[in-house]
Amino acid sequence: MPKQKPEIRKHNFNEVALGYTADQAVAEAERCLQCPKPQCVSGCPVEIEIPDFIRLIKERQFDEAVKEVKRRNSLPAICGRVCPQEEQCQQQCVMGKAGEPINIGRLERFVADYEMNRGTSTISKQEPTGKKVAVVGAGPAGLTAAAELVKLGHEVVIFEALHKPGGVLIYGIPEFRLPKRIVAAEADYVKRLGASIETNALIGRLFTIPELLVNRFDAVFVGTGAGLPQFLKLPGENLGGIYSANEFLIRVNLMKSYAFPEYDTPIRIGKKVAVIGAGNVAMDSARSALRLGADTVYIVYRRSKAEMPARAEEVENAEEEGIIFKLLTNPTKFFGDEKGWVKHMECIEMQLGETDESGRRRPSPVEGSEFLMDVDTVIIAVGRTPNPIIQRTTKGLETTKWGTIKAEEETGKTSLPGVYAGGDIVTGEATVIKAMGAGKKAARAIHQYLASQK
Amino acid sequence: MYKIITKQELAAKIKLLEVNAPDIAAKAKPGQFIILVVDETGERIPLTIADYNIVKGTVTFIFNEVGKTTKQLGSLNEGDSIVNIAGPLGVPSEIKKFGRVLCVGGGVMIAPLHLQVKALREAGNDVTTVIGARGEDLLIFEQKMKKVSNKVYIVTDDGSRGFKGFDFLKELLKAESFQRAIVMGPVIMMETVSEISKSFNIPTMVTVTPIMVDGMGMCGVCRVTVGGETKFACIDGPEFDGHQVDFEELVKRQRLFLPEERLSSMFWEKLGGGCHRER
Ligand SMILES: Cc1cc2nc3c(=O)[nH]c(=O)nc-3n(C[C@H](O)[C@H](O)[C@H](O)COP(=O)(O)OP(=O)(O)OC[C@H]3O[C@@H](n4cnc5c(N)ncnc54)[C@H](O)[C@@H]3O)c2cc1C
Ligand SMILES: Cc1cc2nc3c(=O)[nH]c(=O)nc-3n(C[C@H](O)[C@H](O)[C@H](O)COP(=O)(O)OP(=O)(O)OC[C@H]3O[C@@H](n4cnc5c(N)ncnc54)[C@H](O)[C@@H]3O)c2cc1C
Ligand code: FES
Repeated sequence: MPKQKPEIRKHNFNEVALGYTADQAVAEAERCLQCPKPQCVSGCPVEIEIPDFIRLIKERQFDEAVKEVKRRNSLPAICGRVCPQEEQCQQQCVMGKAGEPINIGRLERFVADYEMNRGTSTISKQEPTGKKVAVVGAGPAGLTAAAELVKLGHEVVIFEALHKPGGVLIYGIPEFRLPKRIVAAEADYVKRLGASIETNALIGRLFTIPELLVNRFDAVFVGTGAGLPQFLKLPGENLGGIYSANEFLIRVNLMKSYAFPEYDTPIRIGKKVAVIGAGNVAMDSARSALRLGADTVYIVYRRSKAEMPARAEEVENAEEEGIIFKLLTNPTKFFGDEKGWVKHMECIEMQLGETDESGRRRPSPVEGSEFLMDVDTVIIAVGRTPNPIIQRTTKGLETTKWGTIKAEEETGKTSLPGVYAGGDIVTGEATVIKAMGAGKKAARAIHQYLASQK
Repeated sequence: MYKIITKQELAAKIKLLEVNAPDIAAKAKPGQFIILVVDETGERIPLTIADYNIVKGTVTFIFNEVGKTTKQLGSLNEGDSIVNIAGPLGVPSEIKKFGRVLCVGGGVMIAPLHLQVKALREAGNDVTTVIGARGEDLLIFEQKMKKVSNKVYIVTDDGSRGFKGFDFLKELLKAESFQRAIVMGPVIMMETVSEISKSFNIPTMVTVTPIMVDGMGMCGVCRVTVGGETKFACIDGPEFDGHQVDFEELVKRQRLFLPEERLSSMFWEKLGGGCHRER
């Protein structure tokens, strides 16, 4: 798939991957063997009938192809861009055994964009059931649950605490990977299906879950995500110029501070930026910092390249753009200038030892190897924990020791009757498609629950 | 959209807005705040809830015009709307019978303090209130405070009204005993009062106002050190034990974006600074 060239794209926030043309999409679809027992479908958490939609692309029936995808997935333009297909459908693809698997994700993106550009989506209304469901959180889990529930004829209100729907898709993943107009269009599709979205509604404070159940709704789905940033708990961490990845990305994406002062929210980025961590969030932060004008951007990670949790494709993109990887390195302390702005970061070299429970080799510090790095911006991307407000304000809702909500995997059922949960709030940080899968399963379970309540 | 029902100018650059927000009004409690976004390109700024009216379905806040967003907010008129208001946010203040309570408010924060004084009186406390401002002309809510407090003292920085500075507090605390102190105002004032109250062992709650973005625990910019531990003011606070807060760090963190804030303000004024709305 064509991409913007690294030396150009590292100075702009436009989308990096440009997407297939119709001819390129048809050519890719023609490679599909149309296996009688397709393996790819089993790798898809939302069970898209992959060979069917690919066949329709081959036949140039693009409208039909997108309909086929949307039967199973309400947010295809998003999934086509950010799903780790290499670990899911494409990993199962027979073509991959001998060479290159079919680029299912890119085809999914193609049909979704085709429809979005033509504006042809058709919506069929269901017979209303008279039941009302509240969905808390407008991330991928909540949006999917809502879409499925309205398709089943229930009335759905989504409550979102922020001023825009989308969850991580709108506040976290940068514009150059997932344009915000696409998130807005897919959220709009869920609205056109019939769900309503109330933004600025922090549940737990504006209304509690028990209040929603008593006053207005027959069931509740909680998809509040894992958005609480973790810090390193190191000396000097509250100095200026040290951001959590979430703060940095919220400012840049949700608040559009790359367009400051046209947009009011400021961001200050220095010349030398260190991003701590090596997951997708770290890659997104590093690549955003570069686009905001930093001279040098480091990824500082305590293990080696083999253990980096980010998608290979994102690591490659970051390398192409000139991000410097300082591996086997861990920060220990931050020093500031007289105004309280970070100036140096003390680090220690690490070595890898025995394999730990996570299956990765455990890093340990090399004694006496401390050294100073000159930095003026530090972005901490070492993980996120569950949003706590629902758990703090809902009596009887059972949680785990990690602060996630306890819910059955197949149904999303929680310890409270009529309350279901799914996505990152249940699993901890995971993926868009897993959150969507959970939203979908919970929607089915809620449908059954509502039927049994008659 | 949240419509402005009432607008008042209480003193130079201090304004009051009452907005239509029935759901928030129904849930608001003393000590909580809202986060608002004035328009599509706006930033999210926190303001403390200064009053609410469940019957009318309105929420009131009072603010100082210090920078771009508050100036822009101050340029709106009755009938105009604010695009986003989220709330109520933060942990409500603890309201119960403590006995004798000392409430100290400074600047615009006197307004939300008034809400607490009212609630504390209703809970059966004897409340002594101290209100302060830079000078007499900036003092707000004096009559309202007198109505709800058992006793009111006035302090100004320049001595144009009442006591000059907070030294008199030491005498007051020597003469009278209090079971709790509540302090809302500029950091320097909260720090001064906390130091004094500490020497008299009076448990003291202060309301911290760090920079915030989301106001729901997701960014961590509002982190404050309390008793050596990092807390998020938006979900763990905004009230904390005044004897434990690291005020020096709080002030530094409030000033993080000073150059950008100036630029934003200049940029806005250049574009007409609110006058353009009348075109
Ligand atoms: C920077 C970044 C990059 C990522 N990149 C990828 C990627 O490339 N591919 C991939 O598959 N995954 C990626 N992920 C992970 C993925 O985004 C998440 O797993 C997914 O968004 C989880 O969806 P969710 O619906 O459970 O929660 P979220 O997306 O977190 O949405 C939760 C929503 O609930 C709202 N909310 C929280 N509390 C309340 C409340 N009390 N009341 C009302 N609303 C509330 C929040 O504001 C939010 O909008 C990335 C994550 C980040 C942070
Ligand atoms: C929980 C909370 C409650 C608050 N309640 C009120 C209130 O009831 N009334 C009110 O007037 N203000 C209140 N504030 C402060 C208010 O949010 C800021 O004044 C506002 O964000 C300034 O925005 P601006 O764009 O107008 O100014 P900016 O351009 O952002 O700043 C201009 C000047 O104000 C200072 N400033 C910026 N943010 C703060 C802050 N958080 N605290 C102190 N000084 C700041 C800056 O250092 C700068 O000198 C509260 C803050 C918090 C966190
Ligand atoms: S304002 Fe973002 S965590 Fe408190």
